[in-house]
Amino acid sequence: MIDLTSFAALFFYTLSGAAYLVYLLAQREKVHLYGYFLLLAGFICHAVFLCGQAVMLGHLPAFTLSHNLSLAACSTAGVFLLLNRRMNLKFFGVYAVPIILAITLVSVMLPEGAPYRGGGTDIKRIADSAWLITHVITMFAANGAFALACGAGIFYLVQEHAIKNKKRGFFYKRLPPLELLDSAGYSCIVAGFAMLTLGLVTGAVYAELVWGAFWRWDPKEVWSGITWLVYAALLHERLVAGWRGRRAAIMSIAGFFIVEFTFLGGNLLLGGHHGVFTRV
Amino acid sequence: MNVNMDKNGQIHKTSGQPHILLAGINHETAPVEVREAIAFQEHEIPAALDSVLAIRSVHEAILLSTCNRIEVLFTADDPSDTVPLVIKSLAGLKKIDPKRIEPHLYMHEDKNAVRHIFRVASGLDSMVMGEPQIFGQVKSAYRLAVEQNATGVILNRLTHKTFLVAKRVRTETGIGGSAVSISYAAVELAKKIFGALDGKSVLLIGAGEMAELAVEHLAGNRVGSIHVANRTFEHAVELAGKYNGRAVSFEEIPDILSFVDIVVSSTGAPGFIISREQVRRSMRGRRNNPIFFIDIAVPRDIDPDVNRVANAYVYDIDDLKSVVDENISQRHREAVKAKRIIEESALSFMAWYESLDVVPTVVALRNKIARIAESETRKTLGSALKHLAQEDKQAVQRMTEAIINKILHDPTTFLKNSSSRKEKHRYLDITKRLFKLESDSQKYH
Repeated sequence: MIDLTSFAALFFYTLSGAAYLVYLLAQREKVHLYGYFLLLAGFICHAVFLCGQAVMLGHLPAFTLSHNLSLAACSTAGVFLLLNRRMNLKFFGVYAVPIILAITLVSVMLPEGAPYRGGGTDIKRIADSAWLITHVITMFAANGAFALACGAGIFYLVQEHAIKNKKRGFFYKRLPPLELLDSAGYSCIVAGFAMLTLGLVTGAVYAELVWGAFWRWDPKEVWSGITWLVYAALLHERLVAGWRGRRAAIMSIAGFFIVEFTFLGGNLLLGGHHGVFTRV
Repeated sequence: MNVNMDKNGQIHKTSGQPHILLAGINHETAPVEVREAIAFQEHEIPAALDSVLAIRSVHEAILLSTCNRIEVLFTADDPSDTVPLVIKSLAGLKKIDPKRIEPHLYMHEDKNAVRHIFRVASGLDSMVMGEPQIFGQVKSAYRLAVEQNATGVILNRLTHKTFLVAKRVRTETGIGGSAVSISYAAVELAKKIFGALDGKSVLLIGAGEMAELAVEHLAGNRVGSIHVANRTFEHAVELAGKYNGRAVSFEEIPDILSFVDIVVSSTGAPGFIISREQVRRSMRGRRNNPIFFIDIAVPRDIDPDVNRVANAYVYDIDDLKSVVDENISQRHREAVKAKRIIEESALSFMAWYESLDVVPTVVALRNKIARIAESETRKTLGSALKHLAQEDKQAVQRMTEAIINKILHDPTTFLKNSSSRKEKHRYLDITKRLFKLESDSQKYH
């Protein structure tokens, strides 16, 4: 579905992406600022759009694939904007904005899907719960943070390869120093992990309220648990054994694949009670 | 006869517009023996400028003397006669035979001279392309000339334009961008690994000019502790004192590897001093924090296999040289952009410079009309309008002046804006003939 606000969001995302592309090629310091503020404009439009949807539907717009992707893109944009302010990672826009743009585009092109009238469970009852709202928002924020960590990991591997093999190419000049990429990836994972934990807890509490059990071995629950364990292991190793650099970068890329599998594959392939949220 | 402005802005009769001239020798045209023979120390420059200005046809002069180039930039009426005189006077001050310089000398006139000084100040003509020191040297050469009252309209304008061009080249091209010395290249690499270097600790093994230079650059980037290891401990203590660091013995190196971030090594040892195994073992203690080895020694001090340890990076002298070569060729590519900027600026400067010869004609025209108006008003105010009060007479004079200004405004603008030099000269010629300015030029002086 497309309306004025989502169109404006797409418009600003596209401009922002173009600005970051120019930044990548021309390396003019000012250009990334344009990219940043255009992304901010896009994010605001996107948030307004989602709020409008929430008001119109009377519940959080998280029950169709289209809505979910839209939420994912918007939260990634939000996490990136926050992170960029805190850590000054100009270069990340080159990676984050095209992804945000692509997800938003897909979400706009997908049909909205019929309003859900589930057998037995009343959508209003599901959606009104504060637990559920917290669950959905934190899960998407975690998703965004892990996406950025994955980007940091990819950049790290590229830059590390250039330095180690003494092949300084196109990216060597443009990418930030290794340590910065490493610590940015780490920060993203810490933030994502905190969100994921909160999301799992609220999800479990909500499941208890609705279905009478904290944990029901639903496929998506299982995969979320695996995701949590992977990132917990990564953080543990970093804190205890000083896992950093290349290995940490590979782990954060792998972790993100599991996240995406849980998010999309879990819904589309595995069935279970989350399936109803991603109907096309 | 034509007129010209000299360094004091006065109008003189000369046989044409002065030319901008540049004569000099540099590191490419002259061997160091010749350069040092004619080089001027800062305190010798005022006397040198005076002797150049003492030549009758020279109006303005600037003398640039560095270890790589000695150049004199001046304006003079008659290029072919003046240049040998300038060379003779400078050689005379240094008590050397001008014939020693002449084979190495280059000379540029007008646009070529302008282009040359732009190139020099931007670092395009330097031994190391894009080096920044030359800009400061040109600046101080200009300051000395100004203090000596040796510059005038043309060279003041030219030097200011030169500074603008050099700044533009620096900001708009990457000509001064990346490191072109081994030690700077090492520091730049360290920054690509660690980001900011403040607080990082450094270990210097051995000694040597390049290694010490690298450590000095690192210290300039506010690194934290500096450790110095040397076979002879006294030597280590001495070097450590220089960097406010700590002297350590060779035996301590494996322990130090567990916390130091950057290792600069330059010993005369025949074999490797740091092995892969040592680095691998140190990784646990340093919690896999990256470590960067700069191996400047030949034969090498660091086992190249250390580079295969995760989070350890080894650059030897050849690796650093290839970084430097890459950066130098990068600078040469950037020089193409710089040349475009210089060409543009030289054109715009020449347009201003050529507009200068309009000035004498305009002045002559104004003088002639003013003289006629003045004599006619005096006549009228003395006879037919004798009865007027003093204030009324002044009002009539003011009116006359206003009429002159209004009449001259359009022709003046037209002459100044005529686009090509050829066209301009034609109109100047017509103007002079129309108003019979040629024969008048004697009178207004």
